[in-house]
Amino acid sequence: MSKDLFRMTLKEAAGFLSSPENFSALHKSLTDRAGAVDAKVKAYTQLNHDGKDFLAKTPRNGKPLWGVPVSVKENICTHGWETTCSSKILKGYIPPYDATVIRKLRDQGAFLFAKCNMDEFAFGSSSETSAFHPTFNPWDLERVPGGSSGGSAACVAADEAICALGSDTGGSVRQPASLCGVVGMKPTYGRVSRFGLIAFGSSLDQIGPLTKNVEDNAILLGAIAGHDPLDSTSANVPVPDYTKSLVKDVKGLRIGLPKDYFISGIDPEVEAAVREAAKVYEQLGATIKEISLPHTKYGVAVYYVVATAEASSNLARFDGVQYGFRYPTDNLLDMYVETRDQGFGQEAKRRILLGTFVLSAGYYDAYYLRAQKVRTLIKQDFENAFKEVDVILCPTSPSTAFKVGEKMNDPLSMYLSDIYTISSNLAGVPALSVPCGFDSKGLPIGFQLMGKYFDEPTMYRAAYSYEQTMHWYERKPKL
Amino acid sequence: MQVDIVKVAQLARIKLKDAEKVKLQKDLNSILDYVAQLNELDTKNVEPTSHVLNLENVYRKDDVKNWPIRDEVLKYAPLTADGKYFKVPKVIEGE
Repeated sequence: MSKDLFRMTLKEAAGFLSSPENFSALHKSLTDRAGAVDAKVKAYTQLNHDGKDFLAKTPRNGKPLWGVPVSVKENICTHGWETTCSSKILKGYIPPYDATVIRKLRDQGAFLFAKCNMDEFAFGSSSETSAFHPTFNPWDLERVPGGSSGGSAACVAADEAICALGSDTGGSVRQPASLCGVVGMKPTYGRVSRFGLIAFGSSLDQIGPLTKNVEDNAILLGAIAGHDPLDSTSANVPVPDYTKSLVKDVKGLRIGLPKDYFISGIDPEVEAAVREAAKVYEQLGATIKEISLPHTKYGVAVYYVVATAEASSNLARFDGVQYGFRYPTDNLLDMYVETRDQGFGQEAKRRILLGTFVLSAGYYDAYYLRAQKVRTLIKQDFENAFKEVDVILCPTSPSTAFKVGEKMNDPLSMYLSDIYTISSNLAGVPALSVPCGFDSKGLPIGFQLMGKYFDEPTMYRAAYSYEQTMHWYERKPKL
Repeated sequence: MQVDIVKVAQLARIKLKDAEKVKLQKDLNSILDYVAQLNELDTKNVEPTSHVLNLENVYRKDDVKNWPIRDEVLKYAPLTADGKYFKVPKVIEGE
């Protein structure tokens, strides 16, 4: 154990961290590990070397997560620590406050270990659009880790993190979790406060945990969830103890397999792995039922109207006036347009322009309003399905990790890689990606469980039961 | 669908290089062609969803709260004046 402290789970770390000496040992182990592997993986943008400062400011006092290192996506505000969304336009932005999730973690004693790379403003599914550098998949360094929380998934998979936070607007926690072989949760919309999460699509965004196993995920979600007066869209619903759901028992659980998800375009190895997982569930005593989510095929179209509309509005604030980068000129309009030209990358511009267009006079009804109506139909699909089943089982991503550069010149093919994850953001239901095997190239495959509103406990129970039967997490990438 | 990329860029306050204009116009057109499949559906009697949880409007008392972060906000701003203001180029033309 002493040599490989960095391999610890969150649960193990919390047990190990009984003294400042143990904290320093774990911090050093993780820092050394990042030093050894991150030149290849490039999951991180910034590391926190100041363990002394942490120890000085954070007495243990029985705090449940005391000293536990958490790696945080670049779009979650950390007081006094640069937060860039991996964009040039936020270079030098030092938040004057903590996001609510960060405040909660600090209150429970956690140590903010690193900032994780991401697609610029979370616009992407491969972590290639970061203004810093791309991130690479620990299982095959020629492949992408997924995105947009690619850094958060890759650092956990590479054991250069104990656990991480990402954000998920259309699959940005789950798709990279799947491609990197870790567990990733997008909670019910409103479950976790968005205060201090730099907004992309405000009606879709949720912060979620990426972890080495299901138990850690339940612990970390419990630590960040809850109502927040600073986020009027956060839900005033009590937070259950998610660790109580960690029982190996799915007898009588009704699991739906949506036939609309097993369509052409899905990698046969991914389909086989998910169908195999369904058989495992049956053997464990669950019942499998074929269901239909008939509007699934419209999800990507709805999403790229709704999400870009919200993004174009949210990103209007980046104009060089208050924070980050400013292009210096003596004319205000020039300052805006030059700052935004030089500060935003290609994909950010593409989405801002698309969102501006669908909201513009003459096109609003045809695009934005229509998309919001179809969103209602997608939501109703889930409401109908959950009358018959307790959880829905499907692939997280139609393929395993693709090659770096493969989809960069074809935005639509990149967007379609989120086809299975988008619907749950549009409907607001929780969804969890769990490792379920490897393809013939040795790349991780993940399945997704989607649940009823605020029914994360049932999803954790189902995920834990499978995980503790199959033990896929024991396999680690060679780095 | 043909997007007028110059007009949209003006609305979005983004300057585009000429080469970018051609590529982005093409991208937007192909994405909107894809989005056009939404027209297959009859949505006449469907209510739009803007938020998934049917939350009531959230009110709070209009209390003044002290949030003394002005200095910190301004410390990292691109340009400031008198330690109190964000400084920008002149907005109104002429003397």
